[in-house]
Amino acid sequence: MTKQHEREPIINIQNVEKHYGSVTALDGVSIKIEAGEFFSLLGPSGCGKTTLLRIISGFDNPSVGTVFIGGADMTDVPPNERPTNMVFQSYAIFPHLNVADNVGYGLKKQKLPKEEIDRRVDDALKLVDLEGYGPRESHALSGGQRQRVALARALIMKPKVLLLDEPLSALDKKLRETMQSELRKLQRTVGITFVLVTHDQEEALTMSDRIAVMFDGRIAQIDSPEGLYRRPISRRVASFIGVMNFIPATVIENTNKILSLNIKSLGQLDIKTSSALKKSEVITVGIRPEMLTILYNKSDTSEYSFNASIENASYYGDMTYYEVFIEDTDIKATVSMRNTAGRPVLEIGSKARVGWGKDSITIL
Amino acid sequence: MSKEIKSSKALPNIWQKPKFVPKMTPRSWTGIALISPPFAYSLLMLAAPLLLVFLLSMWTQNYLELDRTFTFANYKEAASEKLYQVLMIRSVVISGVVTIVTVLLAYPIAYYIAFFGGKRKSMWLLLITIPFWTSYLIRVFLWKVILGYNGVINGSLMGLGFIEEPLTFILYNANAVVITLAHAWAPFAILPIFVSLSRIDFSLLEAARDLGDGPLRRFFRVTLPLSMPGVVAASLIVFIPTVGDYVTPRLLGGTNGLMIANMIQIQFGKANNAPLGSALAVSAMIIVASASIAFVLLNRRFLKVKG
Repeated sequence: MTKQHEREPIINIQNVEKHYGSVTALDGVSIKIEAGEFFSLLGPSGCGKTTLLRIISGFDNPSVGTVFIGGADMTDVPPNERPTNMVFQSYAIFPHLNVADNVGYGLKKQKLPKEEIDRRVDDALKLVDLEGYGPRESHALSGGQRQRVALARALIMKPKVLLLDEPLSALDKKLRETMQSELRKLQRTVGITFVLVTHDQEEALTMSDRIAVMFDGRIAQIDSPEGLYRRPISRRVASFIGVMNFIPATVIENTNKILSLNIKSLGQLDIKTSSALKKSEVITVGIRPEMLTILYNKSDTSEYSFNASIENASYYGDMTYYEVFIEDTDIKATVSMRNTAGRPVLEIGSKARVGWGKDSITIL
Repeated sequence: MSKEIKSSKALPNIWQKPKFVPKMTPRSWTGIALISPPFAYSLLMLAAPLLLVFLLSMWTQNYLELDRTFTFANYKEAASEKLYQVLMIRSVVISGVVTIVTVLLAYPIAYYIAFFGGKRKSMWLLLITIPFWTSYLIRVFLWKVILGYNGVINGSLMGLGFIEEPLTFILYNANAVVITLAHAWAPFAILPIFVSLSRIDFSLLEAARDLGDGPLRRFFRVTLPLSMPGVVAASLIVFIPTVGDYVTPRLLGGTNGLMIANMIQIQFGKANNAPLGSALAVSAMIIVASASIAFVLLNRRFLKVKG
């Protein structure tokens, strides 16, 4: 007889609340994180993401709710007895110890033979590309090296879950981008569940398997990066993840799963949908800047198009972002264009025809 | 002939004007004016008396006259005389014990204020300075009242029936000196330890916890090593002045609690041998300095303390 088990999540947070006096930092948060996942908690500062991470690590206790890690109730277990390890925002490298002693810090307690510790420290340093750095003094390390030491120090403990508290925020842009892909690679190599806290949507999108977007102590949406970008469930999520143009629209009809919309000043269109919007309801539709195209030639065609005047142009080298006013309205839209051959940067104040398609519309 | 010219060229001409002549601008006068008072002060109040003591220690007292011929005889006497040896060793031992006791008692207080003081940190620090609001002499006499034959401790213990006869090992000996000095110097030990503890980045303590340490292990592996600069500073601040303490052993030390400073005072006073007193003072200074340097170096070596 074989039992069909649903895969047990490595972290199961059930209905967690955290109150500091009259301030509510977390309000009814429930998350299940699968083993081996790269999971990000994304949100603006003060949204409770760090508090949630500290509750997973054991440095804070929830006021209400339960935290299961690896199937066991860990709600009241102190951090030193949890199968989690943390990479701190400040890296928290012990200044009085050299690199090898920092990395081997957690092993010392396990009463392993010295050779075993040395071997595992070397392995861990190799894993983060710091081979031979063992005898270095920790205060002589650069920011990127400190972060690698912090990673090695946590990974050597072979935790079930590695917690990362804004680990890249102290690095400069170039190094941050390198570390993003390295962290992702590292996570695939070791196969440990990573839980990352970040306020940087780009960081979350490029690294994660799944992202939980948090606002005001609540989970707004949990989805894959693509799902979040393509199907944000609210205006707030949509504008937090990337840029989105919001245009008001009115429902003309909603029958047989075909929604007829009158989008202000852009005209009427029909979309397949399963939503239960009613006739003459006023809604917002969203469209990403890259879904809008400036039609340079008169012969260029598009499913739909509108005339616009260019309000502003920001040149990024590979891309140009245009702020345009839809003609005869006060609706502003952002259009992003790749600067390929035959696409000159348009002058501010000039007119342009902008094309779009109904598949790129998101109903919010 | 041409050779001669060449060699003379290579030699520096000392009669030539130096290339760099400091120009006295109004700014540099301001600078000199600013450093002059502290410079004059340290010259007059620190360097001059010290120099005088050095000189005096190498002269000889002939009843009422000072023989100004240079000699090391005073140092020889200071080093070889049994009584001076005993007093010197006792001074260093008592100071050492005072230092250990003071730092051991100060550490938990500093720890409490640094980590649990919350918003009341400055209130706690203010309370610690309260003993300084009265004269040191009064505090010494108060300890006499507390530790004495019919004092507070003996009175209470006898009244409660714990002891039949008054305890005598707590006054007029080295113990009394240690107790009084440890109390007097506590704030000087608490403050530097408090400062070094407050400087510890809290995430380091969390990291230690995260890597598996319980509170006790974490204390010995992170908190204590990182607060060692404060402990070293506290030890030196207590040790250096207490070796030369004079009032406390005089009033509470009895005969077995006398220290080297009392002997120096006797030499300058009753014994009328200022040169020998100076030699004793300089010897004490050298011993304290060497002990302190050794202490700091040992700490560097074994605890990797970086000041």
